[in-house]
Amino acid sequence: MPDASSFAPARDPQIRPVQIQARNWGWRHAGRQNQAVSGLDLRIEPGERVLLLGASGAGKSTLVHALAGVLGDAEDGDETGSLHIDGRRAAEARGRVGLVLQDPDSQVVLARVGDDVAFGCENLAVARSEIWPRVRLALSQVGLNLPLDHPTSSLSGGQKQRLALAGVLAMQPGLLLLDEPTANLDPGGVVEVRDAVVRSLDHSGATLVVIEHRVEVWQDVVDRVIVLDPAGGVLADGATRDILASQGERLAQAGVWVPALPPRFPVRHPIGTAQTLLRADALAVGRVPFGRRAASVVAAGITLDVRAGTATVVTGPNGAGKSTLALTLAGLLKPAGGSLRACDHFSAGAAPEPHRWRSTQLLTRIGTVFQDPELQFLAATVRDDLLIGPRALGLSNSEQTSRVDDLMCRLRLDHLADANPFTLSGGEKRRMSVATVLATRPRLLVLDEPTFGQDSRTWQELVTLLAELLDEGTALVAVTHDAQFVGALADEEYRLGTPDPIRLGAGAL
Amino acid sequence: MNLLTPTIRPSVVARLNPVAKLAVALTVSCALLLSIDWVSAGVALLFEAVLLLWCGLRARQFWLRTAPVWIAAPMAAITTILYGEDSGALLWQFGFISVTEGSAQLGLAIGLRVLAIGLPGIVLLATTDPTDLADGLAQVLRLPARFVLGGLAGLRLVGMFIEDWHSLTLARRARGVGDGGGIRGAARRFFGPAFSLLVISVRRGSKLATAMEARGFGGDTPRTWARPSRVRAADAVLVGIGFGIAGIAIGAAVWAETWSFILA
Repeated sequence: MPDASSFAPARDPQIRPVQIQARNWGWRHAGRQNQAVSGLDLRIEPGERVLLLGASGAGKSTLVHALAGVLGDAEDGDETGSLHIDGRRAAEARGRVGLVLQDPDSQVVLARVGDDVAFGCENLAVARSEIWPRVRLALSQVGLNLPLDHPTSSLSGGQKQRLALAGVLAMQPGLLLLDEPTANLDPGGVVEVRDAVVRSLDHSGATLVVIEHRVEVWQDVVDRVIVLDPAGGVLADGATRDILASQGERLAQAGVWVPALPPRFPVRHPIGTAQTLLRADALAVGRVPFGRRAASVVAAGITLDVRAGTATVVTGPNGAGKSTLALTLAGLLKPAGGSLRACDHFSAGAAPEPHRWRSTQLLTRIGTVFQDPELQFLAATVRDDLLIGPRALGLSNSEQTSRVDDLMCRLRLDHLADANPFTLSGGEKRRMSVATVLATRPRLLVLDEPTFGQDSRTWQELVTLLAELLDEGTALVAVTHDAQFVGALADEEYRLGTPDPIRLGAGAL
Repeated sequence: MNLLTPTIRPSVVARLNPVAKLAVALTVSCALLLSIDWVSAGVALLFEAVLLLWCGLRARQFWLRTAPVWIAAPMAAITTILYGEDSGALLWQFGFISVTEGSAQLGLAIGLRVLAIGLPGIVLLATTDPTDLADGLAQVLRLPARFVLGGLAGLRLVGMFIEDWHSLTLARRARGVGDGGGIRGAARRFFGPAFSLLVISVRRGSKLATAMEARGFGGDTPRTWARPSRVRAADAVLVGIGFGIAGIAIGAAVWAETWSFILA
């Protein structure tokens, strides 16, 4: 962890850090009954580095969006009290504030790295002769040493987030706002982005407000933690260590990852003999690019067995072909080489190759949980969506209802039965996507990054549920970057992207 | 190949201002749309063929990109020859189908027209970077920045459609609704993901809009442009050539007495 004080940074004299003052501030989004934020009294001094915490729904994002001046006007919601940046209304301080959001894909504006960084400067009417030096400086601050005409579409998630940061830094803001900037990144990307932020702050001396439920990432960077109360106002405010000590328990219950309170690992009860369900032999995986006939191979020479009651995790760096392997094992992609065969008792009358199974044959055999839950949603309500699988299997009405009711209870979705799946929170969407798969009781479950961006509470529930399924004899294949997930569940780890994929035996962790 | 950052080989045409190229394509197209006759289209096509030698496209690239036009032109011509309005001497007849001198001339005129309008359009676009085009539209033609840059940023989302479509199809197979059901099932499998794709795109678009707004876009204050878009002498020459081709094509048709003004 870099130590900010040891840099003795040369501060940029042009950048004036910002002071924030909220007086009884509140906001209610148009069309909503409840206040997103209410009764907020807060003062953040110039140059302070603040970590903003709170349960989901406490209004963290609303506050940060308001500070960035992108909440909209009276049409978009009702404002009460005042929120001032350097004594001016936050909505009028645009240009003094830079905001980096969570999703790497929806923040890239232009097609080339240099043009994208220049975009904010252009909007602030910075002279052309000054824009390009600023662009180069910002790119070097975030450590993105690429040609200015490098296409933005070929960047990794971590690089895209650093690009977004560079675009903001080039605007020379006095306040840097980060809304879960690393939630969608792999561990390497998280550190890249965090370090780039620290470097740039040491240079600019700007005020920082960051939202992040993985406290560990930021705890040594920030000097103050503010916890928002879902009931309104501030729940706790003070030095990082004090707040984590006094509020740790409460924060952990609200889903915040408090380093001192790691989630509990479930106790496993392994089944006796683990039958092999799928056997991959020198398997090569790849996708067929648009308009081509042959697949372009991303990983090859994969030999592994998928066994009942056994959790196999697939790890490795980005771009190693983990997701492609998962989709191939799940019978959704055709192998690009080698063989993938289901054992007779698993295929149970269907063809030996899973990719040749009909869609309904897959249902009872292999269930796939995609990284983006939204891809899987088909119906307008949670209940209707969960019924799709059982209905496709032709189960009786009473069986369909009882299965779906059980699942909604077990995954705490019963109060959301009539809600539209797209309107659920991140954790609810994840639970729902798992439920849709479990409704048809597949014998093999394939999960792509199931814990990505999840709060600690959803994480705990998910891991506990998966452990129960394993104990019942379900086979599990999970692609993951999450070391804790591997520690909690993995019986076997298959590491891709190394010259020869390493296969760690059971208990190697 | 990438939609937004195409690899464009350095060439005379690639260096020209995109606005000038657009002006040429529009001038020639408009001139050819005023009449339907084979002489004006043929003359324009002849001059264009000479100019296309400088376009900097490889032969393979050229034929691949312009393939749709080479397919569309003969189709349009044959259809018109067989079913177009009959006039003049009857050349061939089979049941309802009759080919006359008039319909054959009309077919030729339409076939040549599709080529003469389609080829320069496609070739000029293939040698133009979308970012440069946006810069030109905003700085040379003074179109509103909000409109031009919004469109350019939106274009990036189109590239994600293919990837999203693929994932949605896989997700549907995993959910047990990936096959079966005959024609109705097939229709559902098309319109279902199409609707999801729409929802996903709209949400991504609104997130992108927030990110752009957060970087000062859409304010009332004037903005600067990091990349200058200049009109040089070569661009003026190109536009001149465009008007020249249009004028000569029309002149030749009038001289050959094939010119038939469509509004007359």
